[in-house]
Amino acid sequence: MTKKNNILKQAAAYPHIVWAIIFIIAPLLFVAYYAFTDTDEAGKVHFSLANITSLAQATYLEVFLRSVCFAFLATVICFVIAYPVAYFISRTSPKVQKILVMLVMLPQWLNFLIRTYSWMAILEDTGIINSILGLVGLELHMINTPGAVILGMVYNFLPYMIIPIHSAMTKIDPRVLEAASDLGCNPLGVVTKVVFPLSLSGVISGITMVFVPSISTFYISQKLGGGNFDLIGDSIERQFQTQYDYNMGAAMSFVLMLLIIASMAVMNKYSDDEGGVIV
Amino acid sequence: MNEKKIIEPKGVDVANGEENVQAKKIVQLIDVAKSFDGEIILDHINLDVYEKEFITLLGPSGCGKTTTLRIIAGFVTPDTGDVLFEDARINDLPPHKRHVNTVFQKYALFPHLNVYENIAFALRLKKVSEEEIYERVEEMLAMVNLRGFEKKDVNLLSGGQQQRVAIARALINKPKVLLLDEPLGALDLKLRKDMQNELKNIQRKTGITFVYVTHDQEEALSMSDTVVVMADGKIQQIGTPTDIYNEPQNAFVADFIGESNIIDGVMLDDYKVRFSGHEFDCLDKGFGRNEAVDVVVRPEDVDVVPLDKGMLNGVVTSVTFKGVHYEIIVSIKDFKWMIQSTDYVEVGQNIGVYVEPDAIHIMKKSEYSNMFGDYSSFSDELEHLSDATEEEE
Repeated sequence: MTKKNNILKQAAAYPHIVWAIIFIIAPLLFVAYYAFTDTDEAGKVHFSLANITSLAQATYLEVFLRSVCFAFLATVICFVIAYPVAYFISRTSPKVQKILVMLVMLPQWLNFLIRTYSWMAILEDTGIINSILGLVGLELHMINTPGAVILGMVYNFLPYMIIPIHSAMTKIDPRVLEAASDLGCNPLGVVTKVVFPLSLSGVISGITMVFVPSISTFYISQKLGGGNFDLIGDSIERQFQTQYDYNMGAAMSFVLMLLIIASMAVMNKYSDDEGGVIV
Repeated sequence: MNEKKIIEPKGVDVANGEENVQAKKIVQLIDVAKSFDGEIILDHINLDVYEKEFITLLGPSGCGKTTTLRIIAGFVTPDTGDVLFEDARINDLPPHKRHVNTVFQKYALFPHLNVYENIAFALRLKKVSEEEIYERVEEMLAMVNLRGFEKKDVNLLSGGQQQRVAIARALINKPKVLLLDEPLGALDLKLRKDMQNELKNIQRKTGITFVYVTHDQEEALSMSDTVVVMADGKIQQIGTPTDIYNEPQNAFVADFIGESNIIDGVMLDDYKVRFSGHEFDCLDKGFGRNEAVDVVVRPEDVDVVPLDKGMLNGVVTSVTFKGVHYEIIVSIKDFKWMIQSTDYVEVGQNIGVYVEPDAIHIMKKSEYSNMFGDYSSFSDELEHLSDATEEEE
């Protein structure tokens, strides 16, 4: 009876296993395969570390470093904006919370490309902001700067910071916050000593969910950075789309993956078992 | 009823077991009212809390007792009226600046801190030295019998243990007043009894004023120096447990505290009352001649006697064995009386009942008259009482 049940339960997981093999494991193996092989003139495939080692060139290192820096800055800015927003939302009534959370997610209903194009229209030298500033005789150069790229990342990924933090905060028993102020905690102390530690799992999820897409994004930097600030994502895209060097592209993807895994591991060290990290 | 009159200063310092005529008021609520969304939660209440007393706010859910407690703690600001602490108005003082601490319903421990850090929380805020924190936390742990639990995760403790941590955490600050919001509500009966004794002991030892909120009348009677019975946002009666039980102010108090037969009666003269078609001697006076009154007779004060010796006669409709006594429901003139007697009677038997003058308590008519006191729907009433565990927000 129980054995039969177990078999049934296992069987229920098969579709997922098949799905995981086709869409997760197999692509990863392909990436590894291309990353560690090369094709010579005769069209023969052989094992090679050349793709990986060639990434040590200054141009690539610069791209990696820039990607990490931009993603890091975008994540920090997202956190600084998202934490108070999430806290504010979590303090409102359940009804209002639902509406506010929906409003946070609302821009995500629009296509990513359209949203990024819109920022071009806003930030351009002849764009909306400058035409308003122009009325008082000012002009601000914003498009094609690192700031514009980071802005694009923050704008696109901010909801993924707000939502998990908010969700962690709603799980905090309001009586615990009352207990803190009852014991002599001023309002700021309540946030730093109780709310923050109790919402940490949400913060870590949020950081992951912003940092990972930020570090691997392409397109944002092409449109808002004018192609001046190559990020890893852009380089990878170029290898596949214009250079047709699959091996090089795969090698970059592989290193990026290791980079992300390494940063996850660091984050995991700071998160507790409860909640954990959404990868 | 006349609320002013029943708020007489009590002045008995039970903590030391001696008369202390100058018992100091530590918390005063003066004409405090509060509404939420147009619903009146507190209807202009007046309450004095004296130093070192164990005062209990008792009432069914929704009576305003928790709101009263939260007003003293500072989590709720009254719409009108004043809250005084040691004679200073504290209406606008935020909770973290008040010299009161709270033991919350369901404890509200900090889930991210261990037992030691939960208890040390208040001291850490005050930048007390590590040695002193250690000393005082250990002292608290000893008081609540949790030595050796310092490093334990509070989420893994039993209800009773969490309760002890909550008490220790609230007491480490040496508050002048400790507020307890149904602290034993989540514990099982046996543990609750033990904790009642422990709480009472802690209160005696520390001499801290306890303001205790409960819907459990037995808990209130056995622990308190003063009981405040509340219903519908009003204080129904303030008094010692004995006063509350023996001299209930109105039908609500009589019904809520213990079991009561509450019968319509007419005061014929001083010391003479007529109810159930019979004239009784009683010990009450000062009512108008022929004034309609509520008569309270406790079930344990009714004697079962042979038919010819009874002041009233009736038919037994149910008998339940309760261990110490039988609980007998008798129909007398269409009114169902509850009688607790050690004598066994048969269902359907005609019996006589006898009531001594000192067993009769006369109350003025109130808005609660005719709402309680008949045991014809006894089982429903029991259900209603067990519903009271849900606390109002």
